[in-house]
Amino acid sequence: MTPLAGYLILSAMLFCIGLAGALTRRNAIIVLIGIELMLNAANLNFIAFWRFSEHPEALTGIMFVIFSIGVAAAEAAVGLALIIAIYRHYKTANVDEVNSLKG
Amino acid sequence: MTLPFLIIAALTLAASVAAMTLRNLVHCALSLVVAFAGLAAAFLQLDAQFVGFAQILVYVGAVAILIVFAVLLTRGGQAPEPTLFSAGWKWGALVAVLVFGTLAWATKNSFIIDRKPAATAEATVKQIGDALMTKYVLPLEVIGLLLTAALIGAVIIAMKEEKK
Repeated sequence: MTPLAGYLILSAMLFCIGLAGALTRRNAIIVLIGIELMLNAANLNFIAFWRFSEHPEALTGIMFVIFSIGVAAAEAAVGLALIIAIYRHYKTANVDEVNSLKG
Repeated sequence: MTLPFLIIAALTLAASVAAMTLRNLVHCALSLVVAFAGLAAAFLQLDAQFVGFAQILVYVGAVAILIVFAVLLTRGGQAPEPTLFSAGWKWGALVAVLVFGTLAWATKNSFIIDRKPAATAEATVKQIGDALMTKYVLPLEVIGLLLTAALIGAVIIAMKEEKK
């Protein structure tokens, strides 16, 4: 079986790809996609640590990931609704142009 | 490292890089689907069947479709962007590389990487259901409430502003 380090490095790479995308892209939807990738990388870590734990029957990692998927789904829905509202207001989804709080 | 893991890892990483760098937003969303499916395969490889299938249902099924809808709703009559990346992209890339360096260094020097996997790690749906209905019943109720609130909130935020 693949050692724990393999999964941890894969997860770290995914996290950093998502972070780079969220920090560098101009489109708000891509920023949200980057955040989703980062959340998924964290989930992979939870599952890897659960599989390599001494008491996998406690199901802690599994439960954490299930709740994390639920929260991420809510976050995606609200985030995309915000992007649509911003697009309707500013007529752009470019995060560099959305720079004033008082519309 | 086993061959299936390497294939899954390469596919997931390539798809996520594509999702972050492609110009066409619909292509980005489709690459994201591939990345999510690769992650679901990694979950299956780690003997977490329920989470793997939940990942496919929620991410491949729902979140990706939601993103495609948002892409289609936010690009009517928009000129193609001259540049993909924001003004301070060098700093963003630098931060990401530094974060990866820190994580990789911490992983390499940690005593935890010598850990062996448990001989049998089983998480059947029955076990998960039992745990959700006994030990984790309060978090389950809270997440139900959160999803309801997010549903209503998303609809209210995305609703058309009333003309005053």
